[in-house]
Amino acid sequence: MTLSAMISGIGVFSELSYWQVTSIRVAAGLVAVLLVAGTLVYVHLFKIVSFMQSRLGPMEAGPYGSLQLLAEIGKFLQKEDIVPRRADRFVFKAAPFVVLASTFLLLVVLPGGPDAWFISNDLGIYLAMAVGSVSVIGILMAGWGSASKYSLLGGLRATGQLIAYELPLLLAVVGVVIQAESMNLQQIVLVQANGEIFGWGAIGNPFIITQFVGFLIFMVAMQAELTQTPFDMPVAESELVTGYMTEYSGLRFLLFFIGEFATAGVFSAIAAVLFLGGWYVPGLEPTDNLFNVIGPLVLIGKVVLLSFLIFWIRFTFPRFREDQLQRLAWKFLVPLALANIVVTAVLKVVI
Amino acid sequence: MSSAGLLAAAASDGDLFVAQNVFFAVIAVVMIISAIRCVTTRNVVHAALWLVLVLAGTAAQFILLGSEFVAVTQVLVYIGAIIVLFLFGIMLTRASMGDDESVAGEKRLMAGLVAVLLAVVMGVALIDSYSDTRLVIEEPQRFSAVSDAIFSQYIVAFEAVSVLLLAALIGAIVVARKE
Repeated sequence: MTLSAMISGIGVFSELSYWQVTSIRVAAGLVAVLLVAGTLVYVHLFKIVSFMQSRLGPMEAGPYGSLQLLAEIGKFLQKEDIVPRRADRFVFKAAPFVVLASTFLLLVVLPGGPDAWFISNDLGIYLAMAVGSVSVIGILMAGWGSASKYSLLGGLRATGQLIAYELPLLLAVVGVVIQAESMNLQQIVLVQANGEIFGWGAIGNPFIITQFVGFLIFMVAMQAELTQTPFDMPVAESELVTGYMTEYSGLRFLLFFIGEFATAGVFSAIAAVLFLGGWYVPGLEPTDNLFNVIGPLVLIGKVVLLSFLIFWIRFTFPRFREDQLQRLAWKFLVPLALANIVVTAVLKVVI
Repeated sequence: MSSAGLLAAAASDGDLFVAQNVFFAVIAVVMIISAIRCVTTRNVVHAALWLVLVLAGTAAQFILLGSEFVAVTQVLVYIGAIIVLFLFGIMLTRASMGDDESVAGEKRLMAGLVAVLLAVVMGVALIDSYSDTRLVIEEPQRFSAVSDAIFSQYIVAFEAVSVLLLAALIGAIVVARKE
């Protein structure tokens, strides 16, 4: 994202051929997934949680432990890749890649600046919601392919949870789509940037103000989609070891781990685009060429902010019970999201 | 060049559009192999996973045809919901690891017969009605075009389907509910 942004910022992007643009976008996607995942792991998992628990966290590798991530990756890479004897070898081995592929596909719709985008068309948020649901298949493959009861139980719990919370997630987005009159994430950013609050347009009109209910529903459903505490029954370590990841080791466990944090980053980025104005910051014209360079950084800043909420809640609250989880989704979040859609649609027509 | 540009170029030339045909063939081969494995495998979970490949191939073919909305809906509904429900149900009930001999029952002959009949009927019908028609895709079908069509031209059908689905939903709740 950053690379393509800088190149388009100096006006060369349009002169490149199709395959060059495509390779730049693929490289930028890799950077965006790995960089964001690494940032979240270091800032939140290593440092913020250490601060909350009155300890320092990793301090040995590099200044303030900033190279700890590389040490961890080196550790995982040299571990043996163990496959259980009774496991279904192919399904077991393919599962982490399905989960990670879903994360990469999610990234495709995210805009990073006026010209720094991967694809910009009407599919937008609809495509994101569709490919986001593919990760469930990877989780079920992992749960079943491991031939372990802990993994199977974890996979089943994950599926029940992801199906239940996909609905409020989708419905919360509908309010934003009605207000922005577009499913294109780039268009949603521009509508927020050019919007006005009762004629006052200094900060645009970020949808977190008008769609605050939708924002809350989206964040709660997102927490559940990411299987973070208090919705972490699929990987409940006190009951299921680590759920569907129990039998994985070495590189494949690392892939699940990267997938978890990269998905947290990408979902936070989607929330930032939908509710916080994406790559736009007040003070500049949204068409300013500068946004192609600082836009991705602004977006990453908002991602760190939103994912801080996720991890703050993760390390603060205890785990739900399975029936409480389903009740929250079906009896509270879905009706609330439907009411939000009705109110938004009525106000959209009336005002 | 964007996909819209490619499609437009292909349509204006009126010639064979090589890349599109090559990808159609590759995806079609993958789909056919997956479909055959789906019905010949003795493992129910494997069958469901092969079906994922078939449905993903269908979505890819829709993208080649420029029907973005149908392609994404295919992924969201079939892969994201129906296959997941399949797998969920299979794993809750009979998640045996190896081959399941009870899968290969005597119903195979009957099922094969029905499949061949269906293929013949659909093939003949499609070739009969569309073999001379040339499909011209000038640009990808837009979301707004789909929604405009649904909420103006096909509004009655849309409402009827909605009521039908609502009835099915209420029926499911009534059946599942224990008094």
